[in-house]
Amino acid sequence: MAGLAAAFGSGAMTNTIADIEKADVILVAGSNTTENHPVLSAFVKRAVSFKGTKLIVADPRRIKLTTFADKWLRPNLGTDVAWINGLMHVIIKENLYDSKFIEERTENFEELKKTLEKYTPDYVESITGIPAGEIIEAARLYAGAEKGSILYCMGITQHTTGTDNVKSLANLAMLCGNLGIEGGGVNPLRGQNNVQGACDMGGLPNVYSGYQPVTDPEIRKKMETAWGVDGLPEKPGLVVTDMIPKAHSGDIKALYIIGENPLVSDPDLSHVETSFKHLDFLVVQDIFLTETAQMADVVLPSTCFAEKDGTFSNTERRVQRVRKAIDPPGEAWADWKIICEVSTRMGYEMNYESAEAIMEEIASVTPSYAGITYDRIEKEGIHWPCPTPDHPGTPVLHIGKFTRGLGHFHAIDYMPPAELADDEYPLYLTTGRLLYQYHTGTMTMKSDGLNEKAPKCYVEISPQDAKRFDLKDGSPVKVASRRGEITADVKVSEMAVDGTIFIPFHYAQAAANRLTNAKLDPIAKIPEYKVCAVKISKAA
Amino acid sequence: MAEENIITINGNELVFEPGETILEVARRNSIDIPTLCYLKGATPTGACRVCVVEVKEAKTLLTACTTPATTGMVVKTESKPVVEARKEIIELLLSSGNHNCAVRDSDNKDWTQFQLGVQEYDNSKELCPVWGDCRLQELAYRYQVTGKKFPGTKTKYPMETVNPMIVRDFSRCIHCGRCVQACNEIQVNNAISFGYRGADTKIVAAGDRPLVESDCVFCGECIQACPVGALVEKDARYKVRPWETQKVRTTCSYCGVGCQLELHVKDNQVVKVTGFDVPPNNGSLCVKGRFGYNFINHPDRLTKPLIKKNGEFKEASWDEALNLVASTLTTIKEKNSGDAIGVLTSARVTNEENYIANKFTRSVLKTNNIDHCARL
Repeated sequence: MAGLAAAFGSGAMTNTIADIEKADVILVAGSNTTENHPVLSAFVKRAVSFKGTKLIVADPRRIKLTTFADKWLRPNLGTDVAWINGLMHVIIKENLYDSKFIEERTENFEELKKTLEKYTPDYVESITGIPAGEIIEAARLYAGAEKGSILYCMGITQHTTGTDNVKSLANLAMLCGNLGIEGGGVNPLRGQNNVQGACDMGGLPNVYSGYQPVTDPEIRKKMETAWGVDGLPEKPGLVVTDMIPKAHSGDIKALYIIGENPLVSDPDLSHVETSFKHLDFLVVQDIFLTETAQMADVVLPSTCFAEKDGTFSNTERRVQRVRKAIDPPGEAWADWKIICEVSTRMGYEMNYESAEAIMEEIASVTPSYAGITYDRIEKEGIHWPCPTPDHPGTPVLHIGKFTRGLGHFHAIDYMPPAELADDEYPLYLTTGRLLYQYHTGTMTMKSDGLNEKAPKCYVEISPQDAKRFDLKDGSPVKVASRRGEITADVKVSEMAVDGTIFIPFHYAQAAANRLTNAKLDPIAKIPEYKVCAVKISKAA
Repeated sequence: MAEENIITINGNELVFEPGETILEVARRNSIDIPTLCYLKGATPTGACRVCVVEVKEAKTLLTACTTPATTGMVVKTESKPVVEARKEIIELLLSSGNHNCAVRDSDNKDWTQFQLGVQEYDNSKELCPVWGDCRLQELAYRYQVTGKKFPGTKTKYPMETVNPMIVRDFSRCIHCGRCVQACNEIQVNNAISFGYRGADTKIVAAGDRPLVESDCVFCGECIQACPVGALVEKDARYKVRPWETQKVRTTCSYCGVGCQLELHVKDNQVVKVTGFDVPPNNGSLCVKGRFGYNFINHPDRLTKPLIKKNGEFKEASWDEALNLVASTLTTIKEKNSGDAIGVLTSARVTNEENYIANKFTRSVLKTNNIDHCARL
């Protein structure tokens, strides 16, 4: 999200899900939409099938959506900046850009233009493997749209150059004037039910709720008054991917984890495990005894979404109600109640009658949620920003003006991934999710139907690579990186591109994250899950 | 301008938008025209003909779902010819297949024999699994008809139960085509279509193979579209009767789309999930949202606080666990500093809970070390 915030001033989906069907051209980059956001993918498929919308898909794997695409760009792993720069090079060279939009609403265009000069289709082909002609055609297609929508996901962000990739997509959209309009925009698809909300609510080391910076003395003063406390800390805290090494080195003594399972979801798991062992105290609040909870000193049983009231904010910034349907099992408590009780016992009394009472406090200290009440979202959710009780919400961001004023073009050069294939580790590994499982499987693996469809981990490999390494479909293989190794069965598939294998990361027994590289994007601090070098061999 | 776009339905003069069908104008004005095959968001086909209406100066009855409203059109939606036509349509539908909801009646007056046959097919002693939640049954009741007028036809195709999620009961299929439209026009998974012809008509997947061998992704949009008992959730079949459950609307807890859904609750258990027709999902769900609910009532759920002593978890009271957490965190904070503590809040829990975690971390632990798995 850091990339969008730098370009536009706000790091969220600029447009709505319904808007997708209003686009003339949709560019889907690094999103296996039909498996990860199935219902949203239907909007794309309907637009293409029935409304004449053109679809460009950029993805190394032959994902389902490629069968709907007018143009499928198949870049080498980790070369996104190069192909996006390539599209922009063509658009500028052929004078297909929106000069009025650029002049009135953006800054730094000349810098971008200078950087793009060398990204000729031929040069881009040499980096990305995408034929020069395809680059030119895709550029013309996107630039030719009156309303062009860009959808992207972790295939763009989970790279050491993730922020650069996002900024490049922002550049492309601004270049063609596709912001602040219905059916346009740059739209990150959030992978978890309330990622958006966790960010909105100050679940980040540098901001309070509503992205109010902790470094701003006036904001701190406001929060101190609202909360009735003194001395709120001034400097931004640690991001999760920095907390783990600090736990390893002993700077972090205790971790309090709510509903997360880093011992399957984090990169370079073996290192995470040792780091956790170095902790003096680990508290885990969860609904199951996850791999992470098993390492805890104290485990606190919490309620799941069906057992509590509250709100989630979806990927399109829509704040929606969650309602209690059943009583929790045994003595499980709502997460907010547990934290309030700990807080009270530490000398700061926190007492709320209900989740609704908390939302009232949220609205009082969070400008973008100021107009949200349970009454207003009873029937249908509202898109933030919603600054006042009579404000209808904001489905499309940046109409007429960007949140930060002028949209900022970032001149960005291509940089290769942190780890490249070599003689010892000749293949690339990319990871992702499957339709029938979810994240670390804590929830989905409890449904027999889902398990029957996606029972265990596998290694997807192209027919040619299978031949090269003499591997048979269904036979067990050992996959190793510089950080660890796992064993799983081979799945020979046309979905895989030569030179790259794919492993779903859901399965703790053969955790893909034993292999992945913990190398981070320097700004967003996202690990490079989507590229690392591995070797493969028959398992004994 | 507006005066030109006026249609008269049951004596009411109504303004219509060019391109609107009679059905759309009627529904917008709360005039009830019954439908079976009509599916919102898909191309109307007029296949079932239940929505026929009488249009002045038209030679035959017209299907309201496919006929565009035109200026000066005069429509009657429940006239005698309309009602007679609807009765006959419903009687024909009831006479084909295993509609053992008792409004079916029996062509040869031998209900028992019919019922025994159906029970064998169903492998159940109960009446139709969607009894009380069936559009055809509702229409039979509304128009007070049974299936005895026409000779009953036998089911040609066996039930498909080989996949873990969806039961395809061809004996109750009325060939309305809603499932085909839901699959091809709403979810665009293109997994099922009409196969064979005439009396042999069957909804087929992948050239008449089981769903598991087709492009089906088990989103269940077809179940939700099915107006009868031809497509049913395997887990809920016969176990869940609509009058036994309470429906609670909420937001899906899987991906970030935030689909609106209803949890069907029976005896404090979630037993079924259906999509709710509002944005963003307009009633659609995916396989996880519809079928991935078993974790909720799973026996492995944590029910008591646990404290690890000598490497083993022991159940503890809330007081004991909370006091231990509070005192240990206080000690670490005082001995080192708040910055020696980190909090991982969650993209899984509510806004309210994330806000409380943010407030607790900053104002009590006195650190900004709070993050969550957005990056992961």
